[in-house]
Amino acid sequence: MKIYDGRKIIPGILIAAVIFSFPFWLNFGKAAVPPKPKLPKEVKNCVEPTTFMRTSHMQLLNEWRDIVVRENFRLFAAPDGKEHLMSLQNGCLKCHESKADFCDQCHNYLDIKPYCWDCHLAPKENK
Amino acid sequence: MMEKSRRDFLKIGGISALGLSALPALSVLAGKKQPAFKLSDKALEGKRWAMVIDMKKCWEKQKKEGCKDCLLACHSIHNVPEIDNPKREIKWIWTEPYENAFPNLEYEYTKEVLKDKPFIVMCNHCSKPPCVRVCPTKATFQRKDGVVMMDFHRCIGCRYCMAACPYGSRSFNWGDPRPYIKKENMEFPTRTKGVVEKCNFCAERLAVGLKPACVEACKAGALVFGDLGDPNSEVSKLLKSNYTIRRKNDLGTEPNIFYII
Amino acid sequence: MLDLAFKGSKRYWRWLIFLLAIIGVGAACYLLQLREGLKITGMSRDVSWGFYIGQFTFLVGVAASAVMVVLPYYLHNVKEFGRITILGEFLAVASVMMCLLFIVIDLGRPMRLFNVLLHPTPNSILFWDMIVLNGYLFLNIVIGWTVLHSEKKDVPPPKWVKPLIYVSIPWAISIHTVTAFLYAGLPGRHYWLTAIMAARFLASAFCSGPALLIILCFLVKKYTKFDPGDKAINKLSNIVTYALLVSVFFVLLEVFTAFYSQVPGHMHGLEYLFVGLHGHGKLVPFMWLFTVLCIVAVALLINPNTRKKEKTLLIACVATFFAMWLEKGIALVVTGFIPNPFEQITEYMPTAPELAITLAVWATGFLILTVLYKVAISVKEEIEAL
Repeated sequence: MKIYDGRKIIPGILIAAVIFSFPFWLNFGKAAVPPKPKLPKEVKNCVEPTTFMRTSHMQLLNEWRDIVVRENFRLFAAPDGKEHLMSLQNGCLKCHESKADFCDQCHNYLDIKPYCWDCHLAPKENK
Repeated sequence: MMEKSRRDFLKIGGISALGLSALPALSVLAGKKQPAFKLSDKALEGKRWAMVIDMKKCWEKQKKEGCKDCLLACHSIHNVPEIDNPKREIKWIWTEPYENAFPNLEYEYTKEVLKDKPFIVMCNHCSKPPCVRVCPTKATFQRKDGVVMMDFHRCIGCRYCMAACPYGSRSFNWGDPRPYIKKENMEFPTRTKGVVEKCNFCAERLAVGLKPACVEACKAGALVFGDLGDPNSEVSKLLKSNYTIRRKNDLGTEPNIFYII
Repeated sequence: MLDLAFKGSKRYWRWLIFLLAIIGVGAACYLLQLREGLKITGMSRDVSWGFYIGQFTFLVGVAASAVMVVLPYYLHNVKEFGRITILGEFLAVASVMMCLLFIVIDLGRPMRLFNVLLHPTPNSILFWDMIVLNGYLFLNIVIGWTVLHSEKKDVPPPKWVKPLIYVSIPWAISIHTVTAFLYAGLPGRHYWLTAIMAARFLASAFCSGPALLIILCFLVKKYTKFDPGDKAINKLSNIVTYALLVSVFFVLLEVFTAFYSQVPGHMHGLEYLFVGLHGHGKLVPFMWLFTVLCIVAVALLINPNTRKKEKTLLIACVATFFAMWLEKGIALVVTGFIPNPFEQITEYMPTAPELAITLAVWATGFLILTVLYKVAISVKEEIEAL
């Protein structure tokens, strides 16, 4: 089987394969440091179970910000009965005190930059 | 005949699959309203929030000490940036001379008492707000209690509301406001570049039972906030017993800031 | 058919590269705007819409001018226009693309653009503007491309094109009616609060659009083997004449209402434009240029001898286009904000980055126009060679 322009195509395919696979072989041998978010000491339960928060805290924040601003409901009754203030700065960050030690741990690991902090103020020492 | 019905089968099958895939979305929408969200018991509720400003009381204080308490209170707790350039400034509450605040009430023989006098101006939280009418995303919207709110999460920065507002109440973030915030209030967010902002009648304070910051800060008691839907509220009584004016009354926007002059 | 755009003369490629260079500079400035915010423009708290929205306003009119060729041809069988309906439709495509681009680059948070679709708001005129502009773009691309392709294959166009063409005619009227409504329904801006705003938009559209189309037809005649035909150009020039006369008439109507009633709010806008207001008068020279251009254009167009001669017709068309650009592209939007709601005046002048970005969007429009025209003309040349 003759491949026309084979002299150009085959090296081209090899180069493309190298480029596409570089994320895998670039970090060969180096173990990435897993994220270690610092959990609050006194409080054990968040507004929802940890498994839910891990998978869906983005959706929760998205829904909550509309409920607070547009419908003016600012208190949430958690499944464990406790009442929480629905506020990033005055609610979530009251327990998870440091953005750098908590939020950024996983976000930096995954190279995600949520734009919450363009407006919401993070505690100064930990910006 | 056979080919046509096979094609039809595939078409119907495809559309059904598409329809079924929408089901999860419907169930999410159906299950959205949970009784778990509520308002604080202390929250102030009303049918038509309004403010009556007795300028005479304000001017008394101005004569004595050049008071700016209401302006500073609002701008500090809301992280309003202080930008020197008047083309880019952001202001939620400020003063304008009588001729500028009420251009249709100003003429040669305007009372000497009123000439050049500063009037406190802010968003009028109109009952018929043209800004709400024009917003393409409902980022600015009118609440049931009359407050004209800003949803900074949704604003796309088209500035149509700024064109529509007859009172010049709205400011736009032409750049990042943070470098210009003198002292950040950690309990309230800032805004980001590219969104429009204005007085929000301290909705976050109303929700926990507090009066707007400007009202609370005024030591002369010139600013009175209340519910016009309640005939016994202080504002209702003030409006019944005083002659008041409001800005650009002939435009049909029904502003809810009244001035006793 | 798009492959026809990749085969061209050296002049064609040099023109495209020139346009790409302009686009490159403007794109760099836009990246600066994304990073720093709209503070790099000349807009202010008082004049919160400027060059970008002005250009969009003007181009909406140019886009609707396709209907000035489509309507006579399809509804009244004006056969001369048969050769150039495609040129009108592709001009509409390029113009609407520029309109949409100008709207997007004017946004403070363009990454949230999808919100307009996620939260449809029928009470907002901007919502309807989005619908009619995109609809018109879709209509013209589909109609133009399909009819052109059918011509190339020497078959009649498919039946479903006809209803789309009929829809595109009132749709064209709708795009500048809706855009005019953006301005004409705002209670606080007296310069804009006039019932004839939509009529003025129509009139200036129907003279500026066909004027540009005439200029483009002459360029096509000069640089390609396709001749749009003198009869078509003559008929277009008649349309430009009438539309220009109506436009000027409408401006004079505004002047009468303002100055006979002597109501300050009505007079201020026109005073600012033509003589200056309270010592502010940055736009006065531009408005007198507008006046002179209108007089020149009317004089050249009314006289059939100058209207039928190529050189003088071209001068008249350039004058018309530029005059309408001054009036709709700059004067209209900026003056709505002067004086501000407090009867104070903040003037507006665009900055260099703002102009660079504006130029880049125009260059993008001309790039799209060039490519589409290349395809259309190549097809027409192919057919005529047979």
